[in-house]
Amino acid sequence: MASEYNEYVEKDGKMVAKPQTKKIWRTFWILLLITVLEFVVAFTLPHNMHLLKVSIFVIMTIVKAAYIMGEFMHLSGETKSLFWTIIVPLVFIAWLVLALLLEGGFISSY
Amino acid sequence: MATHAAAEPKQLWLGGAEPMKASYGKLMMWLFLLSDAFSFSGLLIAYGLVRYAHPAYDGEIDKFVFSNQYWPIPERVFEAVPFFHGYQLPLVFVGLMTFILIFSSVTMVLAVEAGHRKDKADVEKWMLWTILGGITFLGSQAWEWGHFITGTDTPTTLTDVINGVQVTKDVFGANLHVNQYGPQPFADFFFFITGFHGTHVTSGVVLNIIVFFNVCMGLYERRGHYEMVEKVGLYWHFVDLVWVFVFTFFYLV
Repeated sequence: MASEYNEYVEKDGKMVAKPQTKKIWRTFWILLLITVLEFVVAFTLPHNMHLLKVSIFVIMTIVKAAYIMGEFMHLSGETKSLFWTIIVPLVFIAWLVLALLLEGGFISSY
Repeated sequence: MATHAAAEPKQLWLGGAEPMKASYGKLMMWLFLLSDAFSFSGLLIAYGLVRYAHPAYDGEIDKFVFSNQYWPIPERVFEAVPFFHGYQLPLVFVGLMTFILIFSSVTMVLAVEAGHRKDKADVEKWMLWTILGGITFLGSQAWEWGHFITGTDTPTTLTDVINGVQVTKDVFGANLHVNQYGPQPFADFFFFITGFHGTHVTSGVVLNIIVFFNVCMGLYERRGHYEMVEKVGLYWHFVDLVWVFVFTFFYLV
């Protein structure tokens, strides 16, 4: 780990590496920008374009989730096997969403 | 070569080595978060199912009024902001809450980064900011719940059929029995989903405080690594991740 750092500063009588936080702040600005865009979409697109709005929201949410998991939780830096161990089971969520989108409407026919 | 290949999996899973190059604690945290993701998905998908089983409001948005005959438009329900009583500020407060939680996620990741550098003072600083962000979020949510339960200035007149008799009554706010904003399941899901998330934030704050205390006492410095900060960091980011979905599917859609 220590080899990643080449600049050190003295702090409380000890040598401590300088922080490397460029990537973290970049991710923060991206997340903030997407959230602001969501607000813009929520209040500028007319109410009758509901399906378009929902699709934009869903895509933006998935992009935000990818950034949080990939960068903040550092999943994209883990080994391939750990990455897929976490990602592949999420397909069950997609399955439940699809199943209820296709057949869930019958719940109101009782 | 053959004996080497046979011996390797044994060494890999019998301790000493770390499968998937992640420590036991980190691996278990990931698997726990995966199972927790299923709980939250179950709740949000059930919300979607019940919502679309109810009729949607199809009139003009300016003429929208609360009624238990159709599902409410969320941005017309959540438009109150503390100290701005009487103003219509749709989603402003919940947007602020989203920002607070994302920002506390950033300070958490900065604490993890400082832990990699074994910079005790920096870890302390960023952990403290994260705890502060978490407590601010919880306070905001308490205010939001309070407002949701108390209700708007003018009541909603709901018509219900009780024992075959039509009854009309004025309703302020919502709880698990009445709901001025729309059909009863709307209030139930609000309390359950945001409550379940709030419980997670609460336990996250408690974990952060414990780890912050340990950092201050120099426990991880003596241990030689700050992996515990990384593990509670994973949990904290997950809480933020869930809020991103709650924000979209409960408030925006």
